[in-house]
Amino acid sequence: MSAIFDALWGLGDKLAAHILLASSAITLGIIVALPLAVWAGRSQTVAKITLGFASLVQTIPALALLALFFPILLSLRAVFGEGLPTLGFLPALLALSLYALLPILRNTVTAREQMAAGVLEAADGVGMTSWQKFRLVEAPLAAPYIMAGIRTAAVWTIGAATLSTTIGQPSLGDPIFAGLQTQNWALVLAGCIASAGLAIITDSLLGLAERGFAERKKRLIWAGAGVAALGIALSAWSLRAQDDDAIVIGAKSFSEQYILAQLVGQRLENAGYAVEYRDGLGSAVVHNAVTTSEIDIAFDYTGTVWTNQLGRRDNPGREVIYNAITVWERETTGTLVLGDLGFENAYALAMRKDRANALGIATIDDLARNAPRLTIGGDVEFFERPEWIAVRDAYSLNFARTRNFTSTFMYDALTGGEADVISAYTSDGRVAADRLIILEDTKGAFPSYDALLMISPNASQDARLVEALRPLVGAIDVDSMREANYSVDREQEKKSPAEAAAMLAEKLKL
Amino acid sequence: MAAHYPSIEFRNTTKVFGAVTAIDGVSLKIDDGSFVALVGESGSGKSTLVKTISRLAEPDGGSVLLEGQDVRTAKAPELRRRIGYVFQGVGLFPHMNVAENIAIGPRLAGIKLTSDRIAELLVGVELDGHYAGRMPSELSGGQRQRIGVARALANDPHILLMDEPFGALDPVTRDALGKRVRALHDRLGLTTVMVTHDMAEALLLADRVLVMSEGQVVADNTPHELLAGEGGTIAQGLVAVPRDQAAALADIAR
Repeated sequence: MSAIFDALWGLGDKLAAHILLASSAITLGIIVALPLAVWAGRSQTVAKITLGFASLVQTIPALALLALFFPILLSLRAVFGEGLPTLGFLPALLALSLYALLPILRNTVTAREQMAAGVLEAADGVGMTSWQKFRLVEAPLAAPYIMAGIRTAAVWTIGAATLSTTIGQPSLGDPIFAGLQTQNWALVLAGCIASAGLAIITDSLLGLAERGFAERKKRLIWAGAGVAALGIALSAWSLRAQDDDAIVIGAKSFSEQYILAQLVGQRLENAGYAVEYRDGLGSAVVHNAVTTSEIDIAFDYTGTVWTNQLGRRDNPGREVIYNAITVWERETTGTLVLGDLGFENAYALAMRKDRANALGIATIDDLARNAPRLTIGGDVEFFERPEWIAVRDAYSLNFARTRNFTSTFMYDALTGGEADVISAYTSDGRVAADRLIILEDTKGAFPSYDALLMISPNASQDARLVEALRPLVGAIDVDSMREANYSVDREQEKKSPAEAAAMLAEKLKL
Repeated sequence: MAAHYPSIEFRNTTKVFGAVTAIDGVSLKIDDGSFVALVGESGSGKSTLVKTISRLAEPDGGSVLLEGQDVRTAKAPELRRRIGYVFQGVGLFPHMNVAENIAIGPRLAGIKLTSDRIAELLVGVELDGHYAGRMPSELSGGQRQRIGVARALANDPHILLMDEPFGALDPVTRDALGKRVRALHDRLGLTTVMVTHDMAEALLLADRVLVMSEGQVVADNTPHELLAGEGGTIAQGLVAVPRDQAAALADIAR
């Protein structure tokens, strides 16, 4: 329990960011929904179109909606210029506002339908102009319904805002995603408790205001809205001191990335820099974020950049790939590839040793012959990646079933027999710990995956920063990285990524 | 100047809803100070005819004159503030208390009613001043309709239009409120047009009864004339109902 309390204590900043994001999204939702609803109340066609659109938005999973704003904003840069943020607050705000539209719109339209025709005729009959009718009759009668819609929207938005972590906006999703990846359940629970608690408190405050509107008690409205406004103001105040000059370190959503981020963060703090972390970013998001200076430092892998960014399918060898990437990044994106960290974290196909021996499998060629009877498990993006397609085609792999797991659960699936072969990572400590064998890639279909330290175009102008990080180049051997990863991933005596990073630094005398 | 013109005048007024002709070329004059009842079955056009006076319904043909002026020359909200209107089903604003409901008409014109004036209007409909702070949901149907009448009179109108004002009330309340309205009509010198489907009510309260059928005025007589058998078959059909009831009651009493 105390681990959960400790985790909760550390969530102040995330909570404040979450409150600001959710309240901004709800406010924007209200600003858009109310005029639309008034218009819809006067035109059947508008009502159909707006409600249809809002319902359609609602059917898109929140995670996908958030992710979709990245390419949308990227294309809008043609109009608004390069300064338009594509990650973080703006896309999260837009996606969540769209999500908040439906309950507000629907309730407002319903409110109008519920209004007694006699009352509306009386409003005309006593001589109200259409503005007076709106202000004196329609708006006050609709207010309790609208407030109920805002309440629903607020609860949804607070829940969905946890997903904005994946597009680089700090939120209460940070501990949830980090905890899921490192199997730190205290962290996951702390994030869930904080966001659920926030939703419950918001719901009751807005409920108070709703009752105030229904019973026409102004005091209740002011009490509910006032406390909510105070919470928002406190959040803004607590975040005001945030250092704009802080170095932002990005991390994809697995343990190795969290550890490397902490390693660099601790190093920069020792050098006197203020540091912020953007954890849990999607793989494609990370590359784009660092090349556009949304984040300052990122870790990527040669094979990933080679296939996903350069769009290459061939495998000319690790030296050639590394050099080509360094030049390509410098010339196309202006990003500095400071160097490779000294270890490789390749995709590889792994099996349980006993199972592989029983089937007589040692290479991917052997696997191909048995594949039609086997199930392969991959991380959530693996089967969409060009590397997999290259390997599949090179060996004509054709499995009975393919299943997706988060990278953590993938190993459990393999040991539990729910998958026969998985897309493992070679620097993962669990490969050795779970007695897995890596199947030999005799055709060299997987490219190499040397870990790269990348510095954004803006941050690479800072010579002192670059020098502070240069000692990391070539300094981390794969065994040390594997050990650090395992200390975070294992079930017992788990270390936090920060502790693992400190251990790693000490061991390697960094 | 009102003396030179009839208070309300319809000139070949016509109103069509789709394929249905609600008012079919009605022409008539209503004198200043008269109490006119518009009687007819549902769908006869009586409600629509009254609505054309305050432009809650706009005629498709012909015109409506109020004190000599075509109603279309005034802006609809301003026109309506000059006319007292009691609505079918009351139409009180549920989110306003009694005083706010009564004061709404003057408020729209930028005048704030004093609490004395509100109390006076409440007394006019036989309600105590302490009703001022009540919400409509706390009142009985009869009390609500009394408030509706008080609200209609708040602007000191010359004209009072009532669209089936007592339809939903119990007979005792209905009778009392009808008499009360007639007394107010006489005291304030109003021109009153009341739509009703109840011929007995029309005969007892009005000076002049107009019978409508299929959008046309088929009878225009005093209560005395109607009871004497004038006005044609449709009117006599309607008069027969209360007369037969009265005769049956007299038989029972004998």
